[in-house]
Amino acid sequence: MRIDCDVLIIGGGPAGLCAAKTLCNTGLKVLMLERDPFLGGQLVKQTHLFFGSKEQYAGTRGFEIGKLLTEEVTSASNVTVMLETTASGFYLEENFILALEKEKILHQVHFKKVIVATGASEKSLLFEGNDLPGIYGAGAVQTLMNLYGVLPGQDIVMVGSGNIGLIVSYQLLQAGVKVKAIIEAAPVVGGYFVHAAKVRRMGIPIYTQTTIKRAIGQSKLEKIETICLDANWQMVPGTEKTMTCDTLCLAVGLAPMSELLWQFQCDMQYVSELGGYVAKRDSHMQTTHPGVFIAGDVSGVEEASSAMLEGTIAGLSAAASLHQSPESADQLMKASLDFLEGMHLGPIGEKIRSGLSKVEVKSCM
Amino acid sequence: MRIKDHPILEFHKGKAVTFTVDGRKYEAYDDEPIAVALYANGITTLSYSLKYHRPRGVFCCIGNCSSCLMKVNGIPNVRTCTQRVRQDMVIETQDKGATK
Amino acid sequence: MYVKNGYLELEELGERMPSKERLEQGPVAVLECIQPIPCNPCQEACARKAIQPFQSINDTPVINMDLCNGCGNCISVCPGLAIFVVWKNYREQHGLIKLPYELLPIPEEGETVSLMDRKGEMIGSGKVVKVQQTKHNPKSRIIWVEIPKELVMEVRHIIRSKQDDK
Repeated sequence: MRIDCDVLIIGGGPAGLCAAKTLCNTGLKVLMLERDPFLGGQLVKQTHLFFGSKEQYAGTRGFEIGKLLTEEVTSASNVTVMLETTASGFYLEENFILALEKEKILHQVHFKKVIVATGASEKSLLFEGNDLPGIYGAGAVQTLMNLYGVLPGQDIVMVGSGNIGLIVSYQLLQAGVKVKAIIEAAPVVGGYFVHAAKVRRMGIPIYTQTTIKRAIGQSKLEKIETICLDANWQMVPGTEKTMTCDTLCLAVGLAPMSELLWQFQCDMQYVSELGGYVAKRDSHMQTTHPGVFIAGDVSGVEEASSAMLEGTIAGLSAAASLHQSPESADQLMKASLDFLEGMHLGPIGEKIRSGLSKVEVKSCM
Repeated sequence: MRIKDHPILEFHKGKAVTFTVDGRKYEAYDDEPIAVALYANGITTLSYSLKYHRPRGVFCCIGNCSSCLMKVNGIPNVRTCTQRVRQDMVIETQDKGATK
Repeated sequence: MYVKNGYLELEELGERMPSKERLEQGPVAVLECIQPIPCNPCQEACARKAIQPFQSINDTPVINMDLCNGCGNCISVCPGLAIFVVWKNYREQHGLIKLPYELLPIPEEGETVSLMDRKGEMIGSGKVVKVQQTKHNPKSRIIWVEIPKELVMEVRHIIRSKQDDK
């Protein structure tokens, strides 16, 4: 079936929802495609209170932010949401997105502008036995635990001490699971200190300069062997230690899901600080393809708060390019750009600033 | 194993359903993915790798990694981590050849 | 050091450490947030404006301890669960700590609990005096625990002594 819209938003997570929010009740026909049977993306699994400032819902739990945004977007008469619908590909010559609804119905979606907010997927780690049942990405543990109330296991080791590793370890404790240790290859803890402080006082040790050498088990994980790393990130023979566990959780980073952007023939670049291949963009989230905007983790892996700001900026940009800006667009754009800059300013933002400097281009308009 | 009490979340379960996995009957709720239903029933091997028949289970649980593919109602390679379980579903493990 | 260990040593608190005189005077909030991150909800939580306004969202909070009366409003607002109220002279023989708690089962008033320090090591036992719930964040409780006086700057978590069946 052929569907026409003014602005197509691919992805109903925090970035896509905030883009849609800015376009609510404008004269634009907005279509949102989301492959899950619900909106909210990664927000639905987040039980912790969000950081940032009150404009970014600081102090509100992630899954509650997801609900608020979903209610706003689904109640707008100019926004149509198609759930269980995957944007499968972009056909360059014919200029449409092929969408597969509920694994059965194909649609040709024609649009004037598109906001790609497809997020990022979990990376894995290379070690012997890394495919045993019982070894999960951190997101999978959150999905099992927080979305469906099913425990991934009873005796867990977490790999990675970035924010995701620290937060998921805390969430495991809340679900009543024993977390034996957090293993971190770097010499320092990767995530916010306050997240680490929480899990340390609850008795979870953090072993820095340590990595997984192998996972052992017959039909599922039974134990792991860890090994220390030296200052050059090389394994130190003789420092192997064995730990029993039935669950290993890999929180080792995310990679932007940028396949569609390649099909749009946007200028792409590999930027390790941003997680992988990202599209070049201007400060208003427009890529080198005039009709394509990006927002959220697909533009560079950060936090949900940044995703929400980028979604707002991308939504306003798309509307402006169609000369249908919502009321107070200029104020909202300025405030969002200022907040986003503020998020990147501190020492924590150094990596992101370095990454963005490699892909930000002058105005793509 | 299912969580009974949680300090922050409440779990509202859908309708109870029964289904089979390789001929054996199990129970779950119809708003959860097949893989989650299997894990709640203690089944952690969902598939086997094609060449060496290594057991595989859930890895990403969001439809990206292909670790969870099973045959569902005769259709092969269904992503069980996103496909919801339904009443009387017939689920089968694929590529069960026992060679190592 | 705190970035390697994941816990801070007392000297890393700097000016967030209440002086000996201030500790004797009454309850006071200790903001154990020492790393600049983009976060600022605490500054608006204080009814007495004891937490100074932020210049940049990445500032770490600065508290005027003379204005602070240890009410604990800020405890449940902090997303990092990094604020504690310490009261050295709560009773003649005991001090008190108010800390955030988001686990089950919820501690009960009167029960004895094990006291944990920042490293997750057990350093003594105390008694739960009050379990407080706030309207804006009902799932994060604030637990008031009576503890040995000398441990007010050490105790940062509690573990229930009786283990419930799960």
